[in-house]
Amino acid sequence: MTDTIASLSAYDDASLDQAFRGLTDEVRGAAAQLSTAETQENFRLDWLGRKQGRLKLLSESWLKTAPPEAKKSLGMRFNALKNEIEAALAVEPAGTKSTGPSIDLSLPGIRRNIGLEHPLTRTMREMTAVFAALGYSVGVGPEVESDFYNFEALNFPPNHPARDTQDTLVVADQDTKPLRERLLMRTHTSPVQIRSMIESAPPLRIVIPGKVHRNDESDATHSPIFHQVEGLCVDTNITFSDLKGTLDYAMKAFFGSSVKTRFFPSFFPFTEPSADVQISCPFCGQKGCRKCKYSGWIELLGCGMVDPAVFAAVDARRIENGLEPAYDTKKISGFAFGMGVERIAMMKYGVGDIGQFYSGDLRFLSQFV
Amino acid sequence: MNILSKWLREYLPALDVDDRQLAEDLTLRGIAVEGVHALPDGGHLFEMDITTNRVDAMNHYGIAREAATIYGVPLLQLEDRRVVHAELGNVDVPAADAAASGYPVRIDAPEFCGRFTAQVVRGVTVTASEGLIAERFAQLGQKPISNAVDVTNANWLAMGHPTHVFDLDTLEGSIVVRRAHAGEKIKLLDGSEKTLTTDDLVVADEKKALGLAGVMGGWDSRVTETTKNILVEAAWFDQAAIRASSRRHGLHTDASHRFERGADLGACALANRLVTHGVIAACGGEAVGAMTDVVIPEAELRTTKRPHVLLSVDQVQRLLGTTIAAGESGHLVPPDLIEQYLQALGCHLRPSSEPGSYAVTLPSWRLDLEREIDLIEEVARVYGYNRFADTLPSFSGGVAALPNAAKEDTVRSVLRSLGWTEAISSTFCSEEDAAFFAAPGETAVPMGNPLSAEAGMLRPSLLPGAAGMLLLNSTRDVRAVRLFEYGTVFTGSTASVVERPSLTLAAYGDAAATKTIAASDALFFELKGAVEEVISHFVTAPVTFRGDALPQWIEAGRGARVVAGDTTLGWLGELTIAERERRKLKETVVLCELQLPALFAHALKQPLALEPSRFQAVERDFSFLFADTVTWANVDAALRGLGIAEMISLAPVEIFRDAKGKAVPQGEYSLLLRTVFQSQEHTLREEEITAWQESVVGALLNLGGKHRAA
Ligand SMILES: [Zn+2]
Repeated sequence: MTDTIASLSAYDDASLDQAFRGLTDEVRGAAAQLSTAETQENFRLDWLGRKQGRLKLLSESWLKTAPPEAKKSLGMRFNALKNEIEAALAVEPAGTKSTGPSIDLSLPGIRRNIGLEHPLTRTMREMTAVFAALGYSVGVGPEVESDFYNFEALNFPPNHPARDTQDTLVVADQDTKPLRERLLMRTHTSPVQIRSMIESAPPLRIVIPGKVHRNDESDATHSPIFHQVEGLCVDTNITFSDLKGTLDYAMKAFFGSSVKTRFFPSFFPFTEPSADVQISCPFCGQKGCRKCKYSGWIELLGCGMVDPAVFAAVDARRIENGLEPAYDTKKISGFAFGMGVERIAMMKYGVGDIGQFYSGDLRFLSQFV
Repeated sequence: MNILSKWLREYLPALDVDDRQLAEDLTLRGIAVEGVHALPDGGHLFEMDITTNRVDAMNHYGIAREAATIYGVPLLQLEDRRVVHAELGNVDVPAADAAASGYPVRIDAPEFCGRFTAQVVRGVTVTASEGLIAERFAQLGQKPISNAVDVTNANWLAMGHPTHVFDLDTLEGSIVVRRAHAGEKIKLLDGSEKTLTTDDLVVADEKKALGLAGVMGGWDSRVTETTKNILVEAAWFDQAAIRASSRRHGLHTDASHRFERGADLGACALANRLVTHGVIAACGGEAVGAMTDVVIPEAELRTTKRPHVLLSVDQVQRLLGTTIAAGESGHLVPPDLIEQYLQALGCHLRPSSEPGSYAVTLPSWRLDLEREIDLIEEVARVYGYNRFADTLPSFSGGVAALPNAAKEDTVRSVLRSLGWTEAISSTFCSEEDAAFFAAPGETAVPMGNPLSAEAGMLRPSLLPGAAGMLLLNSTRDVRAVRLFEYGTVFTGSTASVVERPSLTLAAYGDAAATKTIAASDALFFELKGAVEEVISHFVTAPVTFRGDALPQWIEAGRGARVVAGDTTLGWLGELTIAERERRKLKETVVLCELQLPALFAHALKQPLALEPSRFQAVERDFSFLFADTVTWANVDAALRGLGIAEMISLAPVEIFRDAKGKAVPQGEYSLLLRTVFQSQEHTLREEEITAWQESVVGALLNLGGKHRAA
């Protein structure tokens, strides 16, 4: 290493080239020797050190004293030399120095427990997101409903067996009230459809996730408490083929693009025509498995075109509420659909007992990462 | 219900698809064949699952009509008797005495009985059925009774109309169809005795009730082996009357099943003739006199003579949309198919005065068809749902989020990231739990038909569920639990139920001491930290945790009311020891319930970035002894009261108590306090810092603190 720098005598290209060629050779020679972090650090200090680095000294003795017209060509050569030095430093030396004894990489890392989303919340969120992408807003409503919203406006005749206390959980002391005002645990999320239509004129697209109740015996696949996701689309000239296309799209989005749907006639008081929808089993690709009971198909949805009687009930209530009627069945049509969240979650996650969803058993819940 | 494919095919001579294809095609059109079982005779047994609105299709002829409609093949008339009757012998209609008068019948309850037909058959021999009827009953699992009764059941299986045979010689005078007398008693075919009300309908003679109309025949007038003469009944009864009667007496029979869902008033005479033929074929004898047929005109207006329905082709196409069939004009269901399907189902169509519309006369066996939409559904069903295209409606309007969606998401995600897992518990709780956990001043609402004694109330709080879930985990040896539930709670009265969203947190186990918090308090402070974190995402007035006005479930001195400004947001604390013991909970548990409407009244914080100071921060620690009566809130308030804008942080670093009173006297604690000073404008000067330090020490001395070395 040299502490003193020979001064430059001439600034023509040849003289400069010669002066810098010597420096470049020196850099390359030293760079070839850089085998450890230590030698690399020494090399760095020697050339790039802030106070005593040779580049600094060179710059002071050569650049600052150079005539202005030579500064540009000198500067270029300085930069080239500097690049050379930095390139040498960018190469990792073979044996990097370690700071202590090597660690046991196999020990478990320090992890904070994070909490998990409930599998039903997750299923509802994912299903809701599929419909949100189709332009559906989320709708919610009360879990304790009146007969009007849960049954009457949905075209259940007054003597329909669903109203029976064997099927429906009712609030105490309702017998003295008019039928339509009697309070009960909603048996489906469909009352939210009624509430939404009474509130808003079409077009309307809502998806309704929520908790519902029925007076059912508990067993491995039935619970008096369960959840539904329903949807409603009302506009001018909504067709049955729109219903088919929408649900086909949604099932593909949720279960995978290879899933197929097929529709069977069914019966619900609040839709007509009504359909049950099966999807091709996404778990076995229709080869047959336990989840599809070896049929290749899984029944998943109920749906249909909104019954004109429902629109009529909605308009009647709109008029009572001082609103314009807005659901003229000559112009307006719509479809509705619904599915059970537990059933989907049970299939998707392989849950054998529906009761586990409501147990709060952390051993169960902590599996849904 | 079971169906024999061979029987079905007797009505459909031109049908050329095999049984499996037939089953599939029927299923796709809503006449669901759940199972197809091969029979030794080469035919199949179809296990049907037919929705209750299609009671007309719960028999062989009804399903044959569906098949004829689907395939567009001819359907033989029932009168052609190509069924059971034919095989038993070619019996002609009893025409000889047709002019003579029939058995006298009177309908005294026309609101309940719309039609009654009666035919006398004399000289029968009642034995067991044999031949085809016996064979088919065996295949269908239909219980044989006697040749005469089996004919009525065979006819019911064939065409779905319930009929009845009486032992004519037990009758005293005319048939009278009337309401029962209050308290009138009758012994029915199943041997049971029933006491009737005036809302029950009976088929009676001049002296006594013979049977409970539309539900079950009577014991005394039944056909037995000694019966020589028979009266055949085929009638039509009102749906609601039969439903009520069937419920009242707990009798669900094939007859009541059909009548309460709507039988075919137009089919009574045919049913009577077919049964009469069958009886004569099976039991011998001859028809005597004409068939009596009493019809109530009001009932006809509700059944056979209903007003026509207007059906617009445009409305069919507008509602059903696009089909996948090529060659159909515009890919909509074409008018000729609409006509073809509806006619095959028994409708009569004629062009209406409105262009593009039909006036449709409805078949008497399809009381489920009443409106235009019912006909549109029939068109879609027969056409085949899966032959419609998959289209998407065009999108108009925006997507509106629920007002609290973002707040709800924030609460859930904050809690999850802090290690709390979401749970869902029962909507109901016991009366005892409701009373114990309801928020101060609130009442719970009882259920009318609770699922169990422990679920008698709508939960007024999420805490009963939370406590239950902690116990479940504890008994299953889960070491530590952090659960939250976000759900609806219900208060108010049975007259008016008030719902609101609520949030509960529940935990036990695995809380470690820190330098400022003792192990015995750590669980509470972990809960408090979670609550603080949740609330910190909202723009609230300053939040305090107060020890006053606590609910009864919190152990004294071990919990707090969370208050923002003047509003109570909720409560948190340790469950009382007494309640823990009552519930057999081994661990100390902490619970929290937040009233979300109170929290959600505040906006979520919107991030706002401030430029971090470019100047160095300076830490200063202070060590003091305080009496236990001096709280952190006192210290905090005293130092904030100094108004030093540059004091950007103030926190306890270590708190120490010595039970033995050596290092720290009893009744006191040592507090290591850390302050951080920083200016946005300049590098802090030593003299500024010294002055603040002196103010801090002064304030702490004022609180009664004893200064120790820093
Ligand atoms: Zn499968």
